[in-house]
Amino acid sequence: MATITYKNASCIYESSDKLAVDSLNLDIDDGEFVVLVGPSGSGKSTALRMLAGLEDIDEGSIEIGGKDMVGVPSKDRDIAMVFQNYALYPNKTVAENMGFALKLRGVSADERRKKVEEAAKMLDLTEHLDRKPAKLSGGQRQRVAMGRAIVREPQVFCMDEPLSNLDAKLRVQTRTEIAALQRRLGTTTVYVTHDQVEAMTMGDRVAVLRNGKLQQFASPADLYDRPANAFVAGFIGSPAMNLMTAPIVADGVKIGENSTLELERDQLTQLHDAGLKEVTAGVRPEDLELSDSGGIEVIVDLVEDLGSEAYLYTHAGPGVTLVARSLPRAPAKLADTVRLRKQAGGAVHLFNPQTGERIG
Amino acid sequence: MSTSVPQAPATTQASSADTAKVQKPKRKRRKFSPWGVVAWIVGLGFFFPVFWMVLTAFKQEVDAYTTTPKFFFVPTLDEFKAVFDQGVGTALLNSLFATTVSTILVLALGVPAAFALSLRPVRKTQDALFFFMSTKMLPVVAAIIPLYVIVSNIGLLDNIWALIILYTSMNLPIAVWMMRSFFLEVPGELLEAASLDGASTWRAVREVILPLVSPGIAATALICVIFAWNEFFFAVNLTAVQAQTMPVFLVGFIAGEGLYWAKLCAAATMAALPVVLAGWIAQNKLVRGLSFGAIK
Repeated sequence: MATITYKNASCIYESSDKLAVDSLNLDIDDGEFVVLVGPSGSGKSTALRMLAGLEDIDEGSIEIGGKDMVGVPSKDRDIAMVFQNYALYPNKTVAENMGFALKLRGVSADERRKKVEEAAKMLDLTEHLDRKPAKLSGGQRQRVAMGRAIVREPQVFCMDEPLSNLDAKLRVQTRTEIAALQRRLGTTTVYVTHDQVEAMTMGDRVAVLRNGKLQQFASPADLYDRPANAFVAGFIGSPAMNLMTAPIVADGVKIGENSTLELERDQLTQLHDAGLKEVTAGVRPEDLELSDSGGIEVIVDLVEDLGSEAYLYTHAGPGVTLVARSLPRAPAKLADTVRLRKQAGGAVHLFNPQTGERIG
Repeated sequence: MSTSVPQAPATTQASSADTAKVQKPKRKRRKFSPWGVVAWIVGLGFFFPVFWMVLTAFKQEVDAYTTTPKFFFVPTLDEFKAVFDQGVGTALLNSLFATTVSTILVLALGVPAAFALSLRPVRKTQDALFFFMSTKMLPVVAAIIPLYVIVSNIGLLDNIWALIILYTSMNLPIAVWMMRSFFLEVPGELLEAASLDGASTWRAVREVILPLVSPGIAATALICVIFAWNEFFFAVNLTAVQAQTMPVFLVGFIAGEGLYWAKLCAAATMAALPVVLAGWIAQNKLVRGLSFGAIK
């Protein structure tokens, strides 16, 4: 168990001049579950592989438990990793897979068996211990990969999209299992995913990356409530936040032909102080509701009824689309003209249209 | 050719784990198929000369070459005895020695090279691979005179070690290319997983990678054995009596005067036997390689 610190850590890929990870700074507490999330090519996997020693730290440093890891080979870092395709040793049985690290460390066969059986019990793998990985289902292979990491009792767990090869239902189930297991073991964990739902549900804190740069590192609730920039705002939440860049008018932001998204008084003051003519305004679909009068006039393009709730996909003008959550069995129909307004208690997020930085 | 025949039932055995699925196509296979007939004709066409060679080896010299071929005769070992009297032992031992040593050398050098060129590629990997390939582009005939001069100067004429060096360098590029394709099949994460588990590179290769590519090693070894065993050109030019190998010895029976069909066939049968044996040994490994892809 240990803290992890990324200090201006950078990684350059040989083939390109671009930095795969650009001076990343993260302070991860002992026992914390941190999720690195971002679109493909954001450098999240590279950041993880730098921690594991599978990728060079070209600039800056990474510390585990206060010890500098630059130049330390992966085998001496005391890190266990769960790979996306599990990387189980095909020629070894489940028990041998899980006990391999202990065997290399010179642990006696008896103790090895005890520990492997313990972990197998925890993961419901006891009856499969003598099988080869090829004979297991995807979910079982995933659990063996987890077991291989647990048995070692390492300082740090690294997980690189460990759920992406599972089907949707199993993924949700395993998601909660991994999170619960990590809380029980209390091992510092760095988890990489492109799925923002996994990030939100599993992490104590979430680091959002884009193009190798850290966008925001905060708790899931903070990411959702106060996104640091327009990218994070659009990335976290499903369906994504409605983001529109529009001119500022007296009482809010002009949307479409002749509708206005009203803003709070202090928000208007902040916009005035910033001296902006335009602003990127963001409203979450769940903060919008149908209204009888006032609000923004929109035309419904699509109604998505999920049973427990429904989403209206609409447009307010050319290029200005809005998604709103409504009650299931929504009264709105395709091509209807309806009005949307901000719910009481809902928030409008404002971002600088040039830099994307949050205002207020 | 004979190696491919028993391989077919072995494959069905390997996949018979899901029994219910396998039984249906089996029943289907029994139906008459015109391609099956063609396959049998081609198969027999390939097999017959070998069969005839073995049959002739057990005949007397008078029965061996008759205008109406004889299928029934009193089998005899006389011709084998005659072949032994003419010194097949030395040739056989020479061939065995050259083949075994050169194959071991090729594997010892080629497997690490292929590993480096596939799982640990560097900037000039492609150039290195091309270099290996380029050594096969010059016809051996063009190189034989300089080779002869060199071998003669270092005093290795009619010495089996000259052949061992040549067979090693002749098979090495093939082995590297072949082994590389097997190493490329191995997911790179396996090495990473092993190194995170605390294994040194050598340990990871030995415990994780080598067991996976062992079918490939078996296949490569078999190819090297066959090529080295059958090699004629170097052997005929660089050896005389002492270091003579099987192919050179065999040619001695194709004489201008007199017919030695039975002796030639007996010697040829003895020459073919070790390779068939090697193929048979390698086969178990080769079949196991077919279930290799199930992991990714």
